[in-house]
Amino acid sequence: MRERYLPLLATIIVFVALFVTGGMLYKNFLSAQVLGDVLADNAFIIIAAIGTTFVILSGGIDLSIGSMIGFVGVVMANLDAAGWHPLVSAAIMLAFGLCFGAFQGFIIDFCEIQPFIITLAGLFMLRGGCFMVNLDSVPLRHPFVAAFADANIELPDGGYLRSSAILMLVSLAVAVVIAHFTRFGTNVYAIGGDRASAILMGVPMRRTTVMIYALGGFYSALGGVVYALYTASGYPLAGTGNELNAIASVVLGGTLLTGGVGMVAGTLFGGMILGLIATIINFNGSLNGAWIMITGGVLLFLFIVMQRFLVGSFNLRGAAESHAAETPRAAA
Amino acid sequence: MERAITPPSKPFTPRLRELAAHRAVWPLLALALIFVVDGFVAHGFFTIRIVEGRLFGSLIDILYRAVPTGLVALGMAIVIGTKGIDLSVGSVISICGAMIAWRIHAGDSHFVILLIALATGLLCGVWNGFLVAILDIQPIIATLILMVSGRGIGLMINLIYGGTDPSFESRLLQGLSVGHLSLIPTRLILGAAIFGALWLLIRRTALGVFLEAVGGNAPAARLAGINARLVKYSAYLISGLCAAWAGVVLTADTHTSDPVSVGLYIELDAILAVVIGGGSLAGGRIYLGMTIIGTLVIQALTTSILMSGLPPEYNLVIKAVVVLIVLLLQSDNARRALFKLFGGAKR
Repeated sequence: MRERYLPLLATIIVFVALFVTGGMLYKNFLSAQVLGDVLADNAFIIIAAIGTTFVILSGGIDLSIGSMIGFVGVVMANLDAAGWHPLVSAAIMLAFGLCFGAFQGFIIDFCEIQPFIITLAGLFMLRGGCFMVNLDSVPLRHPFVAAFADANIELPDGGYLRSSAILMLVSLAVAVVIAHFTRFGTNVYAIGGDRASAILMGVPMRRTTVMIYALGGFYSALGGVVYALYTASGYPLAGTGNELNAIASVVLGGTLLTGGVGMVAGTLFGGMILGLIATIINFNGSLNGAWIMITGGVLLFLFIVMQRFLVGSFNLRGAAESHAAETPRAAA
Repeated sequence: MERAITPPSKPFTPRLRELAAHRAVWPLLALALIFVVDGFVAHGFFTIRIVEGRLFGSLIDILYRAVPTGLVALGMAIVIGTKGIDLSVGSVISICGAMIAWRIHAGDSHFVILLIALATGLLCGVWNGFLVAILDIQPIIATLILMVSGRGIGLMINLIYGGTDPSFESRLLQGLSVGHLSLIPTRLILGAAIFGALWLLIRRTALGVFLEAVGGNAPAARLAGINARLVKYSAYLISGLCAAWAGVVLTADTHTSDPVSVGLYIELDAILAVVIGGGSLAGGRIYLGMTIIGTLVIQALTTSILMSGLPPEYNLVIKAVVVLIVLLLQSDNARRALFKLFGGAKR
């Protein structure tokens, strides 16, 4: 059973190695301040990625995350301009994210269409929605936004745990409880591990699928809310391509893309790895944004190949299903 | 497909029903509908004139603009036929564009540069094919890697020669892209030639049969003695080449290499074109002609939205709604629910 934790272990090793490498390269890198900044800067991605973890654990995929982040921000900014309190508009957008995700999940299960193409349509729809609301960047001026941005807990060594990071850690804790201590969480793992067996065991497919994507929509909407509050603006192009970052975070976090194996907590480290790479490249100064894309791609490649290797040599998915490892797995 | 085997018990409308079951009917009807609406909205929509020695008109414009997407969609149709997907085509276009600009600044012969661009696309196909066919990684994820890093690679190539001014002039490449050969734009002629070549490959060679067989049922194909890995590999090579040609067309059109935004979202349009053309994402079916019709539907839609005076922002939403409707119509469950909703009169 311990093999299941190997991908997560690899993730944590890479994270620590990156952090130490940064510390060796640059003065003041190895500090609570940098850690706090990386947490805060990447909070919205990690929050969205937490929801994606459930989707990927179930063997699906959600491409509508980036557009959801943009859409939530744009609508919140416009509601702010109309005099709404950010908390009210945030609540509305969270409900919207939940419903939109549930809708996607329903169509995926009801029409038996690949999640990839439905959430692709979702990507189009929400991004188009952003453009239809407005084309310019709109600031959020409510005093609450500034208060939210200033709220923090002081860390030793002069660092801050900012409000967005706190919100991220809280939502991570909730997600861990959902994944590992509820029947729904078990169902998600069951569907991702072996869909046919899950159906035979009586896992309610439609309800679970709808809930998985609703959860994904909720978390990406929450990511959008955090992003809007953190940047104090709504910009229709915000979050473009973030679905890839979120998926990369999940994969780097040790969740198998085939579903069934992985930990929600790993996604935190996956997102932090991506954040650290960006920070190291920014510290360097002479490297440009292209490096962030390329190193992200290289890491993604290495982890996927590692997953392949681990699955091949340890039969991870088989081990997750039965203790009797020596009996060969019956063909599904 | 199932409707084709309905017994001809009813004396009336069996022919109509047969016609409705043909896969080309619905996308063509959609295209016709768009054209009819356009005909009412825009004056002179159907007129084709000759201006400065070339054909000119809205219909020509739609064909002209559809070429890059159509090329990518043809490669995508073949990949999807093997139960795969190629998300990296936009990045391949970006890399090819950067290669072209770089080699032109380095002073290579332009014909060699064309070959280099195609080789670059082939190389991207080699990479994707390696991940999918040899390492057995899911196609979505395998091609995601190049999708994520490809535009970065394009930016890096631009940096090789300073990257301050990636614009260029090339008679050969621009001739292939925006030039025209006795009235007809060259990119249309070349696009048609590539379509013809691919059609022959898919319909007249064993490889085409193998591609569909591997997509339809990979274990069965393997048992039948087909080298499934090699066949899958070839699909990604073809897709890489098609994307490279689209890259040549797009890059020569803009006279510059813009790795960040060239061909952005083209993978989505290409997938959409395949789906509208009736290609199933479950694999096993390659309809090249239908894919072209799908591309035209998308391009006609885009052009009509622009012409109708609606803000171009509506484009994405309308596309999303169209693809949702198409997918719903393809799904048995949803069709049944629809028939039930309308009293089951149709069946």
